[in-house]
Amino acid sequence: MAEPKPIANEIAASVTGPDDLVQVENLRKHFPVQSGFLASLLNRGHIPAVKAVDGVSFTIRKGEVFGLAGESGSGKSTVGRLILGLLEPTEGRVVFDGTDLGSLSPETMRRLRSRMQVIFQDPLASLNPRMTIGEAISHPVRIHITNQPDEVRRVVIEILNKVGLAPAEQFYDKYPHQISGGQRQRVVIARALVTAPDLVVADEPIAMADVSVRALLLDLMMRLKEELNLTYLFITHDLATAKYVCDRIAIMYLGKMCEVGPLADVYEYSCHPYTRALLEAVPVPDPRHRRKEPMPAGEIPSAINPPPGCHFHPRCPIARENCSVEEPALRELRPGHFVACHYAEELLK
Amino acid sequence: MPADILYSVRNLTVEYKTRAGVVRAVDNVSLDIRRGEILGLVGESGCGKSTLGKALMRLHTGPASIAGGELWFDGRDLMKLSEREMPDVRGAEIGMVFQDPMTSLNPVQRILDHLTETIQTHEPEISDAAARARSEELVERLGIRRERLNEYPHQMSGGMRQRVMISLALALRAKLVIADEPTTSLDVIVEAKFLDLLKELQKEFGLTILLITHNIGVVAEVADRVAVMYAAKMAEVGDVNEVFADPKHPYTQGLLKSVPNIRLEEAELYKMEGAPPNLLHPPAGCRFNPRCPFVMEVCRTQEPAFAPVVGDHYASCLLYQEAGMKQERLHG
Repeated sequence: MAEPKPIANEIAASVTGPDDLVQVENLRKHFPVQSGFLASLLNRGHIPAVKAVDGVSFTIRKGEVFGLAGESGSGKSTVGRLILGLLEPTEGRVVFDGTDLGSLSPETMRRLRSRMQVIFQDPLASLNPRMTIGEAISHPVRIHITNQPDEVRRVVIEILNKVGLAPAEQFYDKYPHQISGGQRQRVVIARALVTAPDLVVADEPIAMADVSVRALLLDLMMRLKEELNLTYLFITHDLATAKYVCDRIAIMYLGKMCEVGPLADVYEYSCHPYTRALLEAVPVPDPRHRRKEPMPAGEIPSAINPPPGCHFHPRCPIARENCSVEEPALRELRPGHFVACHYAEELLK
Repeated sequence: MPADILYSVRNLTVEYKTRAGVVRAVDNVSLDIRRGEILGLVGESGCGKSTLGKALMRLHTGPASIAGGELWFDGRDLMKLSEREMPDVRGAEIGMVFQDPMTSLNPVQRILDHLTETIQTHEPEISDAAARARSEELVERLGIRRERLNEYPHQMSGGMRQRVMISLALALRAKLVIADEPTTSLDVIVEAKFLDLLKELQKEFGLTILLITHNIGVVAEVADRVAVMYAAKMAEVGDVNEVFADPKHPYTQGLLKSVPNIRLEEAELYKMEGAPPNLLHPPAGCRFNPRCPFVMEVCRTQEPAFAPVVGDHYASCLLYQEAGMKQERLHG
């Protein structure tokens, strides 16, 4: 049975324009939960599902860094995979540069893939241990650009130099285990960028790196963004890092979007109680700024049976009766700044 | 040993034997842990912070061994205890909390059994009922409903499991808890709550905590003092406010500037060039000299002493020791 959808307002967050690279419209991804024959009989054919993404709409503009933040299980990585076409949405659609991904044949989709790339968290898991770095980066070059061996090598050497792996000739023949973690992530970045994509989905790209390496990787990603005219979808759990790179940011909780807007607005005038808590929880590397605010009670509920109404209401400090019944729609509270909370105005004061 | 020091590490060296040679993961490190404090031990991967934490309980096996040093815990040198005497210290007087509670808990044992088994192993005279009562009281204090004692580890959330780990340490009234990256696998809100809990336990039970972490923010949030390690050496130790306000070691200075700060207006992060050295062949002199922006000629040959800079604020850096030496020469 279809659930009530407060669509009209959600669409408002994704007004189409010529500057939009990606439009996500009312996206849903439900993963059915494995259950036995008897259980499904008892449930009369209704199979429970994890509502990983449950009605999300937003747009990514050309040339921006769009942040997608939230805790584990909020659905942020699933959104990234849906945008890349690595997962099929249960409902809703992803429009990439004017093309609905759902309407494409596998062959067209394959060709479109050269325009969207991904950087995952763990470079060791992303690289084939038996492939040299040169081979790993040649792979997308041969598929999407050229098959000429000399030309392939030239392109790979060029990108290796660009990501700071110099002398590139030396790195070309090395295996992933022979270089450091930070260098490996540079290889992953090089492989993602070698096809000159329009969109890069970076899913926790620096989470595995050490503090001093993180700053270098972020700097590299931002320099390459300018140089190669990239657009990033930056998926992260780390709101402190997001502050340094994102132009706009969306906060997710239990498959839904709580708040989305320009980074400065969301951080300074956050008007969703969950965003507030999340920002407050980030440890500040300065003992003069120790947190005094209490944290929300309880833990994130299951995404199989999320609380009715506003998903956050059982933990919310300002929840009232209607919050457990009416699901709040995403509405524009300030220019370009959308919030899904019935009482957002109270936090804005 | 002064009465306010619970644990005093002196000139500790821990070695790993590898095929490529011997790696000194902790190299001649000295550190005091004061009674009732939360001491934050920070550093990047491979700096030796976890190896140091394990050495405090003499937990090393296999390729790792303590090559030298003294471990003065509450009046006795643990290095002088036999292997058979160590279990009375481990788990009982010193508790440990690791990053991943799922690998520390037995998946087929209920939480209650974890607790009662721990209590009765160390205190065999305690009855089942009394052990159960103590367990119930303890977990409720840590914010877990007593009914949940009958659950298995997989039925609990990550934050809850980490509370169970702390309860195991407290079940025997440990004097010191060594927490190695206890919040690294937790989400920020759960992490914040766990840190609040650590502070409460410190206040309520006078618990001493060594908090090992790569997260500078976590240390700033809860620690009383902070120790910074770099390439198997202690770089700097001092009061948390002093170290953050006025870091002495150039490595600490760079590290603090490269951490994203959500409260800061600054748009740029400091980029520390280079990488920590390979500990098979550490550089001569100061280990930070190849990356140091203030490097002097002497730094390439002479190893700095770990010495006080002002009061209780220690750093291994020749910048301060050189100035001192020059002063001495002037006056001498």
